Amino acid sequence: MNSAVIVFPGSNCDRDLKVAIEAVTGRAPAMVWHRDTELPAGTGLIAIPGGFSYGDYLRSGAMAARSPIMQAVVEAAGKGVPVLGICNGFQVLTETGLLPGALMRNAGLHFVCRSVGLTVESSQSIFTSAYSAGEEIVIPVAHHDGNYQANRETLDRLEGEGRVAFRYRDAVNGSARSIAGILNDAGNVLGMMPHPERALEAAHGGTDGRRLFEGLLEAVA
Amino acid sequence: MKARVFVTLKSGVLDPQGKAIHHALGALGFAGVNDVRAGKLIELDLADGTSEADIEDMCKKLLANTVIENFRVERDAA
Repeated sequence: MNSAVIVFPGSNCDRDLKVAIEAVTGRAPAMVWHRDTELPAGTGLIAIPGGFSYGDYLRSGAMAARSPIMQAVVEAAGKGVPVLGICNGFQVLTETGLLPGALMRNAGLHFVCRSVGLTVESSQSIFTSAYSAGEEIVIPVAHHDGNYQANRETLDRLEGEGRVAFRYRDAVNGSARSIAGILNDAGNVLGMMPHPERALEAAHGGTDGRRLFEGLLEAVA
Repeated sequence: MKARVFVTLKSGVLDPQGKAIHHALGALGFAGVNDVRAGKLIELDLADGTSEADIEDMCKKLLANTVIENFRVERDAA
């Protein structure tokens, strides 16, 4: 599978994501710079990494969402190419409008950096097919702006359509309905605050993130 | 021409930063502060003749996230 990792000034999980994707798919992703206007031909997975793109100026993800490469990402997403946004990548996806809602400052105001328990809410997506619905997994988070908020109608729609992919098991950041990750309506775009690429090998302290990439590979290969 | 854009959180949207400021004011002994909401002021230095519609477009496309924020524009009389 040909994949691409989008790199913005201030991204800092781009290489971790590259290592994770390469470990699972056997092929190194193309690292695509924010100023580029096209994705490599045949890109079958787009990954938007964590970090602090553009120094989180204005709002987390706001500047990155308007960078040249994101037009190509939005276009590809519209054609069904899977897009995975992790942490800052999730913030970028909400800022582009590919995902609804917004990620605000953590309710406790602290930067939260630790492993957290998640419930896999749905296994009916290309991103979660290797998990079972209701399964409890442990994945690290590291964010200041992970407090997911949307209006009640949007939250009800996300829940009703099975688009809440992951939920925190304990209070982490004040997210509405403990939402940790959501899907777009077509199911090919996932945004999540936890970092599955940081839970790939036993040496990381846990391997629960690995199946996200393995399932994705199987689903789209 | 100058314009000032005030970006504020919509009512009902939780404002952790405003809450922290509120607590800090209380800790400093300022009584009677009922609530605090924090926002942003963005000053634009614009070419003369920039239309109101253009400024509104700037707000909607970048300066404010209309999912959670409102914006208000004040223009200096030229």
